[in-house]
Parts: sequence; C-alpha cells; structure tokens
Amino acid sequence: MRFLKNIVTLLAAFSLVLLSGTGMVQAKDTLKIGSFLAVTGPASFLGDPELKTLQMYIEEINAKGGINGHKIEFVHYDTKGKAKEAKNFVNRLIKKDKVDVIIGGTTSGNSLAVIDIVEKAKVPFISLAGSIKIVEPVKKWVFKTPHTDKMAAEKIFADMKKRGIKKAALITGNGGFDKSGRAQCLALAPKYGIEIVADEKYGNADTDMTTQLTKIRATDAQAIINFGFGKAPAIVAKNIKQLGIKLPVYESHGVASKKFIELAGDAANGIRLPAAALIVADQLSDKDPQKKVLLAYKKKYEAKYGPVSTFGGHAYDALFITVEAVKRAGTIDRAKIRDEIEKTHGFVGTGGIFNMSPTDHLGLNLDAFKMIEIQNGNWKLLY
Amino acid sequence: MKRLSGFAIFAAVCLLLPVIFPDNYYVTVVGLTIFVNVTLAVSLNLLMGYAGQISLGHAAFFGLGAYSSAILTIKYGLNPWLAMIFGAALVLCLSYVLSRPILRLKGHYLAMATLGLGIIVHIFFVQADELTGGPDGISGLPTLSLFGVPIDSDIKWYFVLCSYMLLSVLFSLNIADSRAGRALSAVHGSEIAAQMMGIDTAKVKSYIFVFSALMATIAGSLFAHQQDFVSPESFSFFFSIELVTMVVLGGLGSTFGAVMGAFILSILPEVLIVFEDFEVLIFGLILMVIMIFLPEGLFVSLKNRAAIMLSKRESGS
Repeated sequence: MRFLKNIVTLLAAFSLVLLSGTGMVQAKDTLKIGSFLAVTGPASFLGDPELKTLQMYIEEINAKGGINGHKIEFVHYDTKGKAKEAKNFVNRLIKKDKVDVIIGGTTSGNSLAVIDIVEKAKVPFISLAGSIKIVEPVKKWVFKTPHTDKMAAEKIFADMKKRGIKKAALITGNGGFDKSGRAQCLALAPKYGIEIVADEKYGNADTDMTTQLTKIRATDAQAIINFGFGKAPAIVAKNIKQLGIKLPVYESHGVASKKFIELAGDAANGIRLPAAALIVADQLSDKDPQKKVLLAYKKKYEAKYGPVSTFGGHAYDALFITVEAVKRAGTIDRAKIRDEIEKTHGFVGTGGIFNMSPTDHLGLNLDAFKMIEIQNGNWKLLY
Repeated sequence: MKRLSGFAIFAAVCLLLPVIFPDNYYVTVVGLTIFVNVTLAVSLNLLMGYAGQISLGHAAFFGLGAYSSAILTIKYGLNPWLAMIFGAALVLCLSYVLSRPILRLKGHYLAMATLGLGIIVHIFFVQADELTGGPDGISGLPTLSLFGVPIDSDIKWYFVLCSYMLLSVLFSLNIADSRAGRALSAVHGSEIAAQMMGIDTAKVKSYIFVFSALMATIAGSLFAHQQDFVSPESFSFFFSIELVTMVVLGGLGSTFGAVMGAFILSILPEVLIVFEDFEVLIFGLILMVIMIFLPEGLFVSLKNRAAIMLSKRESGS
C-alpha cells in the first residue's frame, strides 16, 4: 500500500510541475523556427557559426520572454552540405515539425534545392546562401540575407575602374560558389568596360595552381580575380607570390575569414576583397549606423565562441528580420509573417541596411559591401 | 502460387500503409525515399547477388536517368514520359556497349572499372554546367501525369513509386526462378562450369548488366520528377557505396534481402536523428553488429535461422 501511495504522490507532484510549466509557456503560441544548416562537412565553416548564432540569440530572446510573448521553439537539422539531405530535412521541418519559419540553407546548392518545397508549402524561408539565383527571379516565400556573388563582382569591377584597370584575368575553382561567381564576372565585366583576357580553372582540391597562373602571366592582364573559398584561394595567393607576379589581386567575399590570412601568410598582403563590414567593425566611423550592431554581435559571439565570421552574421540578420516581422505582424500566421518580412525597411543588420520590397527579396545595395585590403596580416577598410 | 505468397503479403502491406496512415510523415515522405532506394538495391542485387558481378558505379545509371529527364523536359520541352524513354534508351545503348568490355574483368578489376564509370559520370554532371547546371543542379521539372491525372502530392507519388518498386521486386523474383536466373547462379558459382553447361556467360552477364542499369535509370527519372530537382551529389560515388551496403546488409542474392537492406539503411537515419551528435556513431555501430553476428546479411541469416528452428520443431514432434 505504501508503494502505491508513493506513486500517487509522485504523480501528483509531477502533474503539478507539468501544469505550472505549461501554464507559463502556453500563454501564447510558440513560434516554431526550423533550420537546416551544413554544420558538418566541407561547408561547416559556414554552417557552424550560423547555428551557434541562432542558438545563442534564440536562447536570449526566450530568456527575455519571447517575441511579444511568443516563445521560440528551435528545430535544427544538419545537412552535411548535401542537397538531398537538405530536401529531406525541409520536408521534415514542414510536414513533421510543422514549423512557421525556416532559416537556413548554408550553401547555394542546399538553398536552391528546397525552393520549390517551401513555395508549395507556403512557409517563409530566409536563405543564408550567396547565389543570386535564390532571389532572382523573385519567389514569393523565399528571402535571403547574404550579399550575392553578383554584388561581389560589381564591387570588384568598380574598384578596378577606379584604379584604371582595363584587362583582368579570371581564375576560379570547380565548386558551386566558384562557378556562379565566374559566370557573374563574365557577364558583368563589359558593363564596367573591363575585358576578361584569361579564364583559368582549377579543382578545389588541387594543391598547385602555377600552371594556370603561368598562362595568366603570359597575357596582358592588369589584375587577377580569384573567386573561391576554402584553401584553394590561399594556394593561388601563394603561387602568385612564388611566380613573382606583381599584378593587383582580387579575392571574393568567400575568403573573408582569418583562416585565409593564416593559410596564405605573407602572400595575402596587398590582396583586395569585397566583404561585409563585420570583419572591420572597429575601423568604421562612429557615425556609421551599422557600427553599434556589429560591435554588439561581435562582443556577444566572441565572449561565447571565439572569433566571429561574416557567415554567422547572416544568420543574425535572418533571425532578427524574422523577429521584427513577427513583432509587426502581431501574430505567428505564416502569410502575415511573410508579408512583414517583405516590408522590412531600414533594418540595420551585420550585412548592411536591408530594404526589402516585392521585387527585391534581399534588400541590400552595393554599399553593404566594403572594399578591404589585407595589410600586415590584417583587414584594412578602404571604403 | 505459393512461390509468390511472400510477395503478395509484402505488396498488400505496402499498398495498405498509406490508406491506414494517410498523414504519417514516415509513410508518405520517408516512404518515397525508401521505395527509390529499394528499387535501386533490388536492381543492383540482380547484378551483384545473382550474377556475382560487383558494381561500384550503380548511382551513375540512376543519375543518367534523372539528368536525362531533367534536361530533356526543361531544356528541350519534351513530354516527361518521352524524356524518360529517351533516357532509358540512352542508358540501354551505353550500358550494352560498356557491358562487354567491363564484364570481362573480374574481382578487383571489375570493381575498379565500375568505380571509374561512376566517377566519370559524376564529374560530367559537375563540369558540364551548360547542360547539367553544374554543382547547383537543375530544378523546375514539369509535373508528371498518369492517364491525365497529375502526380502532384506525396500520396500520389507514394502509389507511383510503390508500384514501380513492386514491379521491380516481382521482376527480380521471377528472374531468380527462371532459366535465366539459374544461368546467372551458375555464372556466380563458376563461370567455367557454366560455360561447360552451354551457357553463353558473356551474353548472360551483359544482359543482366543492362537490365539492372535500365531499372536504375527509370527509378532515376521518377526520382527527378518527384524531387523536382537534380544535383550531382545525389549520384556520387558515395551513393553507389550506400547501395552496395544495402544489398550486402540485407543479404546478397536475395531479392527480399535487398528490400530489407534498403529499408533499414533508409529509415535508420530518420529514426536516429533524435540522438543528434551520436547519430552517425550509433548508425555505424548497428551496421557493425549486424555484419558481425549475421554475416550473410540480415534477411538471409534470419530466414535460415527460422528454417532451422522450424525443422527442429518438426523433427522433435
């Protein structure tokens, strides 16, 4: 009998805890944010800071009582950078977890793979990947926060024009990011009066690019553009130095992490690249509206995890664009959240100042990119 | 009829599941992946299990089907079914031409050649961006329709993929019990002995290679339409290895073994996801335990054990 009594007491206590717990949370419906990121695998250096950023801020928002009383429930899956997994997980997020908003798709391949699913299911989706194809042509439910490869190419060409460079050589890898960037460079060069005199390619796993660079040396190129990420651009930089090529070198925003400077060492000095303001936050003028946001994010992230990267910043932007949209919508209705995301105006994020519209689901202009030069192993803000 | 009673039960279960659980995520969403994988494993088992010819490039044929459908329908506006037939015809020619020289090889050399084939096709998908869209792949395939009914929901796809899977299982079961199947087993046992019995081993091997490739190609076309997206990494070397694992895990040479292996390898990651970081670890552990304790494969070992137990009981009574 005593045993039974114990059980009854235990059950009573348990249900009490349960009731009080639900009583607090159930005050308002929870907002379910789903995410699928490449936390492991070759794109982990992108996905890992993205996940950490989301987790850190969602925890903070919930601790402060949620968005207008809506707590956030966060569901996350790791795609390992594979498009097929991304598709499966987005299906799972929509059909099993029934999330209200999706933030994720670390790589362009992963994001592009899921567009038709989110469009069909009518779930707002903010992509964290670079390719312009994600938002051009505009899809009703798809948004993105990172700068596009098209913007990077334009920023580079604008800088070349300033320096009076008329002929450039292109060297790119065989990844999705590289190929997309190459296509944008080739398409945009004529607009800036620049001729692409060489178009060399390498495999992203190659360990030596001197052959391609020797070919470039034989042309009359006045500058070299390299589109890529990972260790390949560092090898390109080193090879350029070894061959004694004195031309100005441009990299893409894909190398905007300290890792690149570490890998390329001395050879990195003098390289220019377009990148988000985050990596040069402390060099911005105090009047810059972004400075406060950037330094706050940097401080918070670095206190918990170590050096920031711009990639985590994209997740920050996506999360807070969503938070603001939910605040304005005053509900967690998917269609209303979507409408409010589209109306995002003057939102100061880490990537720039976002002004979205029905025809622009990114909302950043060229000013969002800063031109940066690597000097003495550090980033130097040019303009 | 007794011969196909197992199949009848299997088919009934597959077809009844969505009727009982129409909104279950595991049935109508994960089920689709499982059917595609089962079809592929069954087709690979024809070659590996029955004829004893290893192939590490099976994903290539799967991918060729998917890409032919995607490219022909989107870039050339072809009718989806016509595109599927074109894809199948292409693979028919390709696999037939390749089969003779490749299947002359044995053991490690055959493994190398098929591995090479898989990798070459994968590189083609990545590099020929004008045609294949490069690493980003192609999306926006037209909706497939059957007898005027558009196949546009998970449940409709369930029945389409399920039917194709059942057809391939039935085909595979029938082959095993036919003259051709016995010829294949003979080749598997000893090629020289098979030749002595008057079997044209080169012909038998190349036919089964082509059949196996064709089954995978059509699965690829259906997969492309169902996913509405194709990208190279779905057809990489690693997927070929996964298919081989499915066949071996279930039990080489048994159609239902392949079915079971594919089922387990497809459902495990979905179930294990609750363990988050330990997912891969547990996954590997399960595979190891199965292969150590049931080295003939899950289905074959269990079937043999059940048979031994039954016979013991009969002799005992």
